[in-house]
Order: sequence, then structure tokens, then C-alpha cells
Amino acid sequence: MKAVYFAWVRERIGRSDEEIAPPASVTDVEGLMTWLIGRGEEYAHAFENQKVIRVAIDQTHVKHDAPIANAREIAFFPPMTGG
Amino acid sequence: MATIRVQAEDFDPAAEAAALTDGRTDVGAVVTFTGLCRDEGGVLETLELEHYPGMAEGELARIVKEAEARWPVQGVVVIHRYGKIAPGERIVMVAVSAWHRSEAFCAAEFLMDFLKTQAPFWKRQNLADGKSGGWVEGKEADDKAAEKWTR
Repeated sequence: MKAVYFAWVRERIGRSDEEIAPPASVTDVEGLMTWLIGRGEEYAHAFENQKVIRVAIDQTHVKHDAPIANAREIAFFPPMTGG
Repeated sequence: MATIRVQAEDFDPAAEAAALTDGRTDVGAVVTFTGLCRDEGGVLETLELEHYPGMAEGELARIVKEAEARWPVQGVVVIHRYGKIAPGERIVMVAVSAWHRSEAFCAAEFLMDFLKTQAPFWKRQNLADGKSGGWVEGKEADDKAAEKWTR
């Protein structure tokens, strides 16, 4: 699946998107964040406060307990500040 | 029929609002809101608005659909800019036309409240002293404003 990052999540990780292939044991958004943290300190920095991270699967907002099985694109970003 | 646009360039609020009433004689009320970039007391040089292409348009469309389901509105315009924006420039506009003022006011406020908390845009401040001001933090007051509609 494709992971995309925005705002300070993007800056901390150092890229705007990438292909990721988490193992089958990673089933939901929360598990995916934990798995990403294991990829390096830039990810640990981006996800140091998981509670504030907002997530969208295929461009629809989801909660952290959402399953990721059929996701093509999963986005991680801070609370939105448009308007 | 709603107009929803996410664009880098400026827009003309008067022309957009006029389009809601052109050739019609059944519109009783038009409410428009325009959000501008403040200079924050002279310290802000520019705002940089990042967005999630595709999802930004999709979320605005979803919010507009929700407003249309809640109030009998006749027309809706939502335009949101991205990229670099200087103090005094327009960032966002919402316009709603309806038979009566109450639904036009309510729908316009609802659209702005939900847009701020649900549409994927992020503001970064560039300060006049050359140091980056960093990312604007989400405000609890904005979450509260959106929550009031779920009561």
C-alpha cells in the first residue's frame, strides 16, 4: 500500500509518500503506526504522540482502530488547520 | 448545484456570490464569508497552505452534501486556496443562497466550522524576521465550534 504524509508528519519522516508492505500481523491503523515507528527514529519522532495523528484511508477519515486490509492509500497528518 | 474549488489562485467573492443569483428571482438570501490572511501584528510574512489533493476536494464535497441535507439551501460556493498567501490576501470563501436568511446563515457557519476541522489543509507561518514560525496548531475552539452542530 502507499503511505502518504503531510505537514510536520511529512517533514519529520523526510518524505511525502512511499510504498510500504507491513506484515499480515499488522491489521489496523494503530498497529501500522507502531510498525512504522520500528522503521527508524524519524518515524518515532513523527509518531511520538500517536493520539494527535489523524489518519485517512483512501482519502476518507478513519479512527485508529480502523482495519487496513483493503487500503490502497493511507495518509498520516496532524490536526487540520485550514479555513 | 454547488461550486467547489481548491486552487492556488485568488478568487472574486463578489462575482462568485453574484453567480448564485444570476437569472433567478426565487432567492431570498445570500450569505457570504471570506477568510483572509492576518499579519498577526506585523510579524507574519506569508502563510503556506499545504493540502491533500483529491481528499481536500472530496471532503469539501462531503461537507457541502451534509449542509444541503440539513438545510433547504438553493446554492453553495466553497473555494479554498493553497500555496503561499500574503497578509491581506483571501484564503477561503463560503457563500450560500436560500429562500430565507436563517438557513443561509446556518449553512454558511456549518460549512466553515466543518471545513476547518475536516478538510485536509495545513497552515505554516513564515515570519517576517526570516525564521520560520512553524506549523499552526489545531485549535480546541475550532473543534468545539464543529461539535456544537452534532448536539
